[in-house]
Amino acid sequence: MNIVVAIKHVPSTTDELELNEDGTNLDFDEIDFLLNEFDEHAIEQAVLLKEAAGGEVTVIGVDVIEELDGVLHTALAKGADKAAKIVGDIEPPVSSHTQAKWLADAIAEMNPDLVLTGVQAVDDLDGQIGPMLAAYLDLPYVGVVTGVSSQNGSVLAHKEFAGGVMAEYEVTLPAVLGIQAAEKPPRYAPISKIRQMAKSAEIEEFEVDEDFEYEGCELRKMAKPESAGHAEMIEGDPEEVAEKIIAILEERGLL
Amino acid sequence: MDAGLDKVEGILEKEVAIVDGIDISGPWNRMFEQRVIWDYTPELIEKVASLPGAESFAWCYQCAKCVPVCPVDQVGDYGPRKLYRMAQTGVDLLNHDALWLCTTCRNCVRVCKKVVDMVKIMPAAREQAVLNGFVPEELQTAFENTAKYGNPLGQSQRKRAAWTKKSDVPVPIMKDVKRAEVLWYVGSYPSYHPRGIDASLAAARIFNALNVDFAILGREEKDDGDSQRLAGELGLFEMLAEHNIKVFEKYDWDLMVVTGPHEYNAFKKEYKERFGFDRPIQHYTQFLADRLDQLKPMLKHEIPLKVTFHDPCYLGRHHGEYDAPRALLQAIPGLELVEMGRCRENGYCCGGGGGGMWLDSFTINHTTMRLSERRVLEAVAYGADVLAVSCPFEVSRFEDAAKSTGNDQLKVLDILELLDMSMRGVGLAA
Ligand SMILES: Cc1cc2nc3c(=O)[nH]c(=O)nc-3n(C[C@H](O)[C@H](O)[C@H](O)COP(=O)(O)OP(=O)(O)OC[C@H]3O[C@@H](n4cnc5c(N)ncnc54)[C@H](O)[C@@H]3O)c2cc1C
Ligand code: SF4
Ligand code: SF4
Repeated sequence: MNIVVAIKHVPSTTDELELNEDGTNLDFDEIDFLLNEFDEHAIEQAVLLKEAAGGEVTVIGVDVIEELDGVLHTALAKGADKAAKIVGDIEPPVSSHTQAKWLADAIAEMNPDLVLTGVQAVDDLDGQIGPMLAAYLDLPYVGVVTGVSSQNGSVLAHKEFAGGVMAEYEVTLPAVLGIQAAEKPPRYAPISKIRQMAKSAEIEEFEVDEDFEYEGCELRKMAKPESAGHAEMIEGDPEEVAEKIIAILEERGLL
Repeated sequence: MDAGLDKVEGILEKEVAIVDGIDISGPWNRMFEQRVIWDYTPELIEKVASLPGAESFAWCYQCAKCVPVCPVDQVGDYGPRKLYRMAQTGVDLLNHDALWLCTTCRNCVRVCKKVVDMVKIMPAAREQAVLNGFVPEELQTAFENTAKYGNPLGQSQRKRAAWTKKSDVPVPIMKDVKRAEVLWYVGSYPSYHPRGIDASLAAARIFNALNVDFAILGREEKDDGDSQRLAGELGLFEMLAEHNIKVFEKYDWDLMVVTGPHEYNAFKKEYKERFGFDRPIQHYTQFLADRLDQLKPMLKHEIPLKVTFHDPCYLGRHHGEYDAPRALLQAIPGLELVEMGRCRENGYCCGGGGGGMWLDSFTINHTTMRLSERRVLEAVAYGADVLAVSCPFEVSRFEDAAKSTGNDQLKVLDILELLDMSMRGVGLAA
């Protein structure tokens, strides 16, 4: 099975996020980037499928801040076979609609049997890359998938709905799936292996289609949340603290 | 002896035997049949010993000297001899939990006549296991954190110097000053862990009081990576070493002082042997002991407590430094230093080395108690009020152990904190 995984580099939220001067977006020079967590699951699911049914896994992403190589090397160390990136004169942020078009152009050339994406990216929480890829490629799409197994010519996708309802879809290939969680937690890629990949791996490059412009919504303002109130820290030994808490709860009629 | 034993297979026993006129009838003449050594295959021993660095695993001749000194055996069933025997009798160590219990404390190597060196065997074998995808989850998290954020705690790299905001004395950053006599490598736990920060704040006050021209690296500093290497992540260690050495060489300094023994080992031995980084380095206890004439008159306030000192494996056994920490403690007026039975060369291990710091809930499933708990019980048995330490891994380990063993009265303090208390006369409400 020829599997392609579309991935995205997103701002790390371990560090405090910095806004740019005019407050229209993040300050992309001041923040670190990480692989989107759901994409880690998409890569894992792809490698699991390959291990079970054979085939080849290609990982591809848009190199928005020119630091995508590290992420691609990591994917290769985890068991992907090929890596590719979309390069060009790219200014962050790039909307997911634009990224979907660029990715679709490149993926179409790869003739995949299965395209996996993370269910959504933690930066815009848009969740549209999967459906849009499917639309551009004219393929069926199933999202919020929590496990995939391969059958002859199709895959069985496990999906969870609200309220604990489970569904199993038999999806004819080729298709696009949005992965919420792989069947197993994403495996660890030892840095020794990643460094090996960094020395030896070749990354295929696709040029961006500069003519394509998505006329969609524009981000006008971004601001840090303002704290409306504050927490009161109650001092004292545990007994005193407990008594004060009880007094407050009683005063508010909560006990 | 149980006469019935003569029925056991492989044991020969003559009912009546007289040798040179001496009656050795019954159990006295018991003989074991020739051991069928070909029942054991050397393959699984070779599997470990064939890894570069792990050769000495095959040299073990089963004398068992290593077992009683192994800190893990004190709370479980361990030691190089036992690992060898397991491999001999069919256990694949590269795929067995026993692989993760050694803390690389070095006590077995100290006594082993065959120089079976667990400090080299363990990283080699674990690296193979990690490459094969066999790594305990907790440890994996520490690796991932270190790779992503430059510290095993998973804290923001950019906040590495945030602790200095709490300091009431200046803590210069190299990026601003460019040159300082002393480059103080703070380390991950002293930068982020609340109890580590306490020691860092104390160190900053002491350095200022001594008029030391020092600076730290702040957000340019990353974890030394040595414990990750010992836990099997050589690549991560190399990545961090390359980064740190580049940063060290960016600035002008004469001496590096490190807070932690693991960092001391990293820079003094591993960075030197593997990357040719060869600059003067001291552990803070050595640096301060060298300035004791200047420091001593500042230690004005008595600390009238019984204090025992836990030798950190990577300062003591690994680098032979036993005296500097003791000289500092003995310089504190009123303080009574009591030695525990297992001290100096035979010092017990806190359990944090070689990746043990990130294997706590894994290890506890294989031992009767934590190594840190065993150590705390020993400190209590010797009547100590304070367990003094000089390794940033230990404060939180021993404090947790004091609580979990019901010994809250035992205070765990870094030597830096004790010196600072004696200098300022605060925090002594013991
Ligand atoms: C772990 C282990 C398990 C073994 N198990 C078995 C077994 O089950 N069955 C079996 O048949 N064999 C076994 N052997 C082998 C057996 O023990 C030896 O072959 C046997 O002990 C050799 O006896 P020896 O007197 O020649 O030497 P040793 O037993 O080594 O005795 C030499 C003695 O001479 C002393 N000595 C050495 N140099 C000097 C010196 N310069 N001056 C004064 N004294 C000196 C030493 O201190 C020692 O006491 C085992 C060996 C080992 C290491
Ligand atoms: S001390 Fe050395 S030779 Fe003896 S049992 Fe231990 S590892 Fe083997
Ligand atoms: S290095 Fe320490 S923990 Fe490891 S086997 Fe030797 S004595 Fe035991």
